[in-house]
Amino acid sequence: MSNDVAIQVVNLTKYYGELLAVDHVSFTVSKGEFFGFLGPNGAGKTTTVRMLTGVIRADEGTASILEYKAGSLRAKQVTGVVPEMANAYGDLSGWHNLMLMAELYGIPASVARERSASLMQETGLYPRRDSLVRTYSKGMKQRLILCLALLSDPEVLFLDEPTSGLDVQSARLIKDMLQGLNTKGKTIFLTTHDMEEANQLCDRVAIMKEGKLVAIDAPEKLRMAVSGMHSVEVSFDNVVKPEILASIPNVNTVKKLGDKWRLYTTNPGELVVSLTNFSSSNGLKIISLNTLTPSLEDAFMALTEKEKKNA
Amino acid sequence: MPDIPTVLQQARRSLAIARKDVRIYYAKGPVIIFGVLFPVFLFLSFTIGRHLSVDFMIPGLLGMILFFTATSVSPIVIPWEAQARTLERLMSCPVKIETIIMGDILASFAFGLAISLVPILIGLFLGITILSPFIFALAVILAALCFASLGTVFSIPPTNMPSTVNMIAAVVKFPVVFISGIFVPLDELPAWGQAIAYISPLTYFTDIARYSIQGRGHLPVALDLLVLLAFTALFLVVAMKLHQRTMPKRI
Repeated sequence: MSNDVAIQVVNLTKYYGELLAVDHVSFTVSKGEFFGFLGPNGAGKTTTVRMLTGVIRADEGTASILEYKAGSLRAKQVTGVVPEMANAYGDLSGWHNLMLMAELYGIPASVARERSASLMQETGLYPRRDSLVRTYSKGMKQRLILCLALLSDPEVLFLDEPTSGLDVQSARLIKDMLQGLNTKGKTIFLTTHDMEEANQLCDRVAIMKEGKLVAIDAPEKLRMAVSGMHSVEVSFDNVVKPEILASIPNVNTVKKLGDKWRLYTTNPGELVVSLTNFSSSNGLKIISLNTLTPSLEDAFMALTEKEKKNA
Repeated sequence: MPDIPTVLQQARRSLAIARKDVRIYYAKGPVIIFGVLFPVFLFLSFTIGRHLSVDFMIPGLLGMILFFTATSVSPIVIPWEAQARTLERLMSCPVKIETIIMGDILASFAFGLAISLVPILIGLFLGITILSPFIFALAVILAALCFASLGTVFSIPPTNMPSTVNMIAAVVKFPVVFISGIFVPLDELPAWGQAIAYISPLTYFTDIARYSIQGRGHLPVALDLLVLLAFTALFLVVAMKLHQRTMPKRI
């Protein structure tokens, strides 16, 4: 294994009874990489993260974190984790939660106090450090959980849907912190449902479907790989029926988006010409016209749908 | 085999987990009050009107209180934490599953020891004399550890419902109190009764407490201590080994 590998996964497999939850998954994450892990609910993402963080054992295959066996004390020592739907101790204050974490990671008390204070200040929790966590809002709890994961200054950070269901400010704060950490060279493994988040943050993303990896690449490359997903967004000054739009040459599918129409096509250039002809011959004025390349969400849908059809 | 620095490091982390348990689960008014009152009333209901001597009653009361308090909270900590979703956090920290279990045992041990002071002080106030204080102290410490370990054995089945675990614990705990020579001295039991009494670790503690306070026990005190030690080792090993198998199933 070369020295710039942070996470190495080979044939990782997990059964739940008869169900094959994770099916011989292999991939490598480099040091300093921001790696996104996507997939529909039940695809096996959380199970994979739990095997990598040593919470559950794999049935087959191996995984290592910075060359230590995943789940070993050494691997856990260099890892920070924000588990899915995890909680801090509600009956302890935010500060006491951090102090407990410091003891569990063997961080000297003085260092722990200094880091806790600076993390709490960065996340805006410092004024509420002595309040019991059960009095925190959801956003505050999630920010505290991120502080708990960062207290040991880990080289590798696993986050399982850290921004799901959060208010905009907390989600933004967490994303900004993750970007900052990544800039400082930390490896980040992020599970998310939010395609826009993955698109903005990740160097590479893996897409999982029914326990298998169906794609792994840079978000930009994944988007480009999806053919037939180009579209043109158009709005007119008057009401137009979707059937009429569908009859325009080069239109594959029509989708209404508020007061706009999204027309999917294989040939966006030709479609723009068809649209101008259509509007002038029907006495309509085009208010706006945009050509769009496929989004990561389109790529995700195409990749996960295709698998479904094959299955 | 883990090396010595790892063992020491994990022991320190166990203590951190124990302190967390005490803060969250034990240092609560109702838990402490219930911990004392429940065994006291249960004991009184079986002893009032029987003209028993204080020397006989205090060892039995102490045994009951120690047994009930040390096994009261320890069985529900793990299912409770799994339900509250704090267990996954704990399991992803650099601590072994044995470390987590040992932490829970230590908290329960400390709680048992602290509450056992109540019947001891009541006894001293009522005029009992502890004839063998060293053996007595050793027995209280060993028994607290033994019963705290037994408490975590109850939570081995991977259910995250504290009430289910409490039921499992109750099914074992109540019969144990009645077969351990607390209400009827071992000498007065028929042979079959004594045979049943010998399967309970509480029997041996009660016997040592009687020896230390009344001056005579049913069995040789060294044998009592040895058996109590064996039970402690058994419960510790069973809890550590089996929780290793069942804890990941809770997540």
